[in-house]
Amino acid sequence: MTTTERSPYKVIGTRPIRPDGVEKVTGKAQYGADVRLPGMIHGRLLRSPHAHAYIRRIDTSAAEKMPGVLAVLTHHDFPAARDEMQELGEGAVNLKELSDNILASDKVLYRGHAVAAVAALSPHQAEEALKKIVVEYEVLPPVLDVMDAMRPDAPLLSETRFTREMTGQKSEKPSNIASHLQFKSGDVEAAFAEADAIVERDYTTKMVHQGYIEPHNATASWNADGTITIWTSTQGPFVVRAQVAEVLRHPISTIRVIPMEIGGGFGGKIPIYLDPVAALLSKKSGRPVKVLMSRTDVFEASGPTSGTHIALKVGVKDGVITAVKADLAYEAGAYAGSPVGAGALMMLSPYNIENFQIDGYDVVVNKPKTSAYRAPGAPAAAFAIESALDELAHKIGADPLELRKKNTAREGTRRVDGTAFPRIGHEECVDAALNSAHYRSPIEGPNRGRGVASGYWINAGMQSSVVAAVNTDGTVNLIEGSTDIGGTRASLAMQLAETLGLPFDVIRPTVADTDSVGYNDVTGGSRTTFASGMAVHEAGLDIQRQMRERAAKGWGVAADAVSYADGRVTLKTDSETKELSFAEIAKKAASTGGPIVGRGSLTARGAGAAYATHIVDVEVDPDTGKVTILRYTAVQDVGTAIHPSYVEGQIQGGVVQGIGWALNEEYYYDDDGRMANSSYLDYRMPTALDVPMIDAVLVEVPNPGHPYGVRGVGEVPIVPPLAAIANAIADATGHRFTSLPMSPRRVVEELHGLS
Amino acid sequence: MARTQVQSRINGVDTDFLCEPRQSVLEVLRDELGLTGSKEGCNNGNCGACSVLLNGRVVNSCCVLGVELEGAELTTIEGIGNPDKLHPLQQAFLEEAALQCGICTPGFIVSAKALLDAEPHPDEHRVRFWLAGNLCRCTGYDKIVRAVLKAADQMPEKV
Repeated sequence: MTTTERSPYKVIGTRPIRPDGVEKVTGKAQYGADVRLPGMIHGRLLRSPHAHAYIRRIDTSAAEKMPGVLAVLTHHDFPAARDEMQELGEGAVNLKELSDNILASDKVLYRGHAVAAVAALSPHQAEEALKKIVVEYEVLPPVLDVMDAMRPDAPLLSETRFTREMTGQKSEKPSNIASHLQFKSGDVEAAFAEADAIVERDYTTKMVHQGYIEPHNATASWNADGTITIWTSTQGPFVVRAQVAEVLRHPISTIRVIPMEIGGGFGGKIPIYLDPVAALLSKKSGRPVKVLMSRTDVFEASGPTSGTHIALKVGVKDGVITAVKADLAYEAGAYAGSPVGAGALMMLSPYNIENFQIDGYDVVVNKPKTSAYRAPGAPAAAFAIESALDELAHKIGADPLELRKKNTAREGTRRVDGTAFPRIGHEECVDAALNSAHYRSPIEGPNRGRGVASGYWINAGMQSSVVAAVNTDGTVNLIEGSTDIGGTRASLAMQLAETLGLPFDVIRPTVADTDSVGYNDVTGGSRTTFASGMAVHEAGLDIQRQMRERAAKGWGVAADAVSYADGRVTLKTDSETKELSFAEIAKKAASTGGPIVGRGSLTARGAGAAYATHIVDVEVDPDTGKVTILRYTAVQDVGTAIHPSYVEGQIQGGVVQGIGWALNEEYYYDDDGRMANSSYLDYRMPTALDVPMIDAVLVEVPNPGHPYGVRGVGEVPIVPPLAAIANAIADATGHRFTSLPMSPRRVVEELHGLS
Repeated sequence: MARTQVQSRINGVDTDFLCEPRQSVLEVLRDELGLTGSKEGCNNGNCGACSVLLNGRVVNSCCVLGVELEGAELTTIEGIGNPDKLHPLQQAFLEEAALQCGICTPGFIVSAKALLDAEPHPDEHRVRFWLAGNLCRCTGYDKIVRAVLKAADQMPEKV
């Protein structure tokens, strides 16, 4: 449902069938693993059985003699990597760490860390050859938990890592704490001293995975002329190109990345894992090489998101949140770079709070290097603050939504980093939740409860570039560089149709490779419909201008004497009205100046923040510990919903990932650092039977920074569910859970005092 | 490893192929026959992305060996509907926006077809129960369940 009934738009807000849909429902769409090339062979990787060890020796001689084997690779085949930070489209990365994470050089830092690779005629031959590679390890004690890793006597992942402060200062001794950051304002201690009520708790969450159904893959051909072609499933073909260029020290313009259809990413398909391996195996074997991860590889060796520990203290006076003190410690995995900065920046953003001190610690542990996962860093932070606010509301006898409304951030409120918000929609979300049929309905029955929570995500802008080529039959080919992970061909084509005043189905969108379109940043940060949409709008205006100029020239008038609207150019004088349709101008392109091509290329500013408020009803079985989601309503400020079905889909999908995170999902490690549940059977993601319908309520507060008011919608839906469900369970049982997941085992143990 | 000749009927076409005894039906379909509509998500029977109909019954093709297809009848996503005449399930998936990335979609459509073939008019709970062997990480299942229920509305009564 949407809250606005009247729309100024003709195409925006409708629900056409997506252009890539038929290919996908008939099984014809080509994903990364579907690539087949003449002469293609198959690569597989050998992975460390240890969580922490020095590599003393690798002997590949026996593997090289195995049947069908055409190439064997270790880190010695990689060019020496520079130990320096560089911006490669995914935030700054250390080049040596990037290279070491692809194939370990001197040390393995997590179980599953790749140490060697084989290419053979068949996948089975490659797997058999891997067993013949001899690796001598010197095993070291691993450190697996963020709090353990912060202890002064913890095993060090690196002797050369020191804690970096925001000032640039470094610690005297090496540490697993890679960095410390702080946001501070007002007088926190004085505000606590005057508070009416205070909640002080420690909250923990476990490492969880994005869980995309398609494993990572890469197929590469090192061509005879020294160019490299890569076919892969990625959120950012230009990031793949830039990172492969650095890891292989190969000229960027000679690498062509062809983005295949992508089977889910949620942030996890931004970094590269297999691409340079496939390229070097191809160089060595002289064949195109396809490398696939298994599901276990995906769990053990791609980038999940951090386990966290958050110590939080919140005070209220007269119903106003007056003081917050928070210490956030996030696991980065094997190399620095957890999303603790985002967590610290976002956690208080739904509210206007005068006094706060937030400290964040980025901590390395012997687990896979984390990567982005949908609103990275924010869900754990929201779990803490939104749980604490729920407790405070009960303490002071306030309705939990009214407490949020009373303290809401508005236009002009400053975020913890000092940035003032433009027009935002948190209050509208809380109001819509307060007025929803769900919230106004009673919650009845034993062991049942209701919880609410809000969430914020900053959303990204970044660079996009598109080309729109007008055909002589009046259709338009839209060439874009943002991989389509959930319907963005549709949402971009709709914006071009709107700009040109044309029907949706005359626009044919294509996701191009890196040789065929200008640079585009990743499909991530909820930016594609927003930022690539702005580029599409710019390209549409460019076409409008060219059409006006051509029509005006034909009529012998100045271009500014004619106007473009509703798919036609019009000349109005006192005596007459002349018109040419889009199709008529397109048809005469050859004789009026040649092909009409619109271009949009920009760095998008003005990404509008996303807010959401969720309501959930649960039932807790006190004997088995099973929590059933009875009803779920997700209210979200979506700016303008371009294709409402896909906006709802983003919300529903994010909520269900959040339900999994809250109730079941976790990386379960033994003391030696072996993940015990690296299969879908044991890493228990929600199935269709585990969840109800998810009611998505679209609040539309247009983003002033976008021509159609678009706000990114994809990420914020995963922010509130963790706390909303914990709050509902507290309402049902009277017991406050502060550690995730609230799995049957944990629920039984805590409810019956067994832990 | 020696390869075995297998005679089967795939999507209505008599199909002979050679495969190693260790190769799964999924490997045969994707690597030997070029039928890549069945997807590999886990290779151990937990995600359902490789669902096919083996003699009319839904199976995870990653958990059946290629040699077991001897004399068998197999339907894959490539055998359901076509761009000119989509199956009601495929049409409903498009209209209801029941896919985002689309990698799980073939498995869901194959699995849901088996349900509607056996029970043309299931209720929501029955659909959710039946599809619990297919994982989707994008949609939260809401629109998938709605699409199956919508297709069920258009299915003829079982004769």
